[in-house]
Amino acid sequence: MTPRKLLYLLPLLAFGALTAWFAAGLGRDPHLLPSALIDKPVPQFELPPLPGYAHGLNTADLASGEPQLLNVFASWCLPCRAEQPVLLRLAREQGVAMRGLDYRDRPEDAVAWLATAGNPFRSIGADTENRVAIDFGVYGAPESFIIDGQGRIRYKHVGPLTPEDVRQTILPLLASLKGR
Amino acid sequence: MNARLLPALAVLIWSLPALAVLPGEMLSDPALEARAREISQDLRCLVCQNQSIDDSNAPLARDLRLLVRERLKAGDSDQAVVDYVSARYGDFARLKPPFQPNTWLLWLGPLAVALAGAATVAWRLRRRTGAAAPAPPPLSAEESARLARLLDGQE
Repeated sequence: MTPRKLLYLLPLLAFGALTAWFAAGLGRDPHLLPSALIDKPVPQFELPPLPGYAHGLNTADLASGEPQLLNVFASWCLPCRAEQPVLLRLAREQGVAMRGLDYRDRPEDAVAWLATAGNPFRSIGADTENRVAIDFGVYGAPESFIIDGQGRIRYKHVGPLTPEDVRQTILPLLASLKGR
Repeated sequence: MNARLLPALAVLIWSLPALAVLPGEMLSDPALEARAREISQDLRCLVCQNQSIDDSNAPLARDLRLLVRERLKAGDSDQAVVDYVSARYGDFARLKPPFQPNTWLLWLGPLAVALAGAATVAWRLRRRTGAAAPAPPPLSAEESARLARLLDGQE
């Protein structure tokens, strides 16, 4: 084939490349979006505690000098139930500092649920108006944020945390933040 | 037309623009509400992804609609409201992506492809007309003489 005839194959090759690109895109989960808030400080907020709990949650709680995990949960959220044992182990066995954001929930439902499922959180803010969740760019529950000692958001995980996520991503990240 | 049918038809026509926005969410100031509607139509519902928050019944879309109206009431410009949302949810929240370095390909890509196509067509056409009409050979003496006679009207 002459080089000129090869030129006619160019559109076919371009089409093939595009098809491969789109095919790869089809396999991706469109809900896994990068957070716009990575490396930004946590928003300014002050949330009341759940009824019967001593502490709510505010901006200063998340800039306490040690890295923390902020988990967005709700009593109605089924994946949160699957995630809860993972969070409890993280808190009890690894001593990870965890805070909770009760999202789009009735506070009394959250209290009842935590009483049976267990509470891994040092404190929980009741976001009944969903406004703080919007400030964090939350799409839905569950979501987890890793926040460094200076109160900057360093990582966001959408969906329930699995033991693999914890082993491969969460613990190494927390360790590297602690070392600083 | 039937006089009884007319009101029914009017109701039908007027019911068309009603989407997901509930009456309780609307602002009392019609000008502000119109701006809110316009902004909402350009903001993506992050949960359903291919609907605007103006279209969507998702709870997050409702919260964002209320937020848009709250920001407008607080005196924000349209751009400030859109920036407020995209600062939290990223440019993905904007159904009309901004023109910036990482979207140049998106905005200019179709134009570049069209220009490349036009250039290719123009180039090929020029070459083909050049090849199809080579310079004619000069006239022989006999032909020149005949042409001269024709022009003089002698033939």
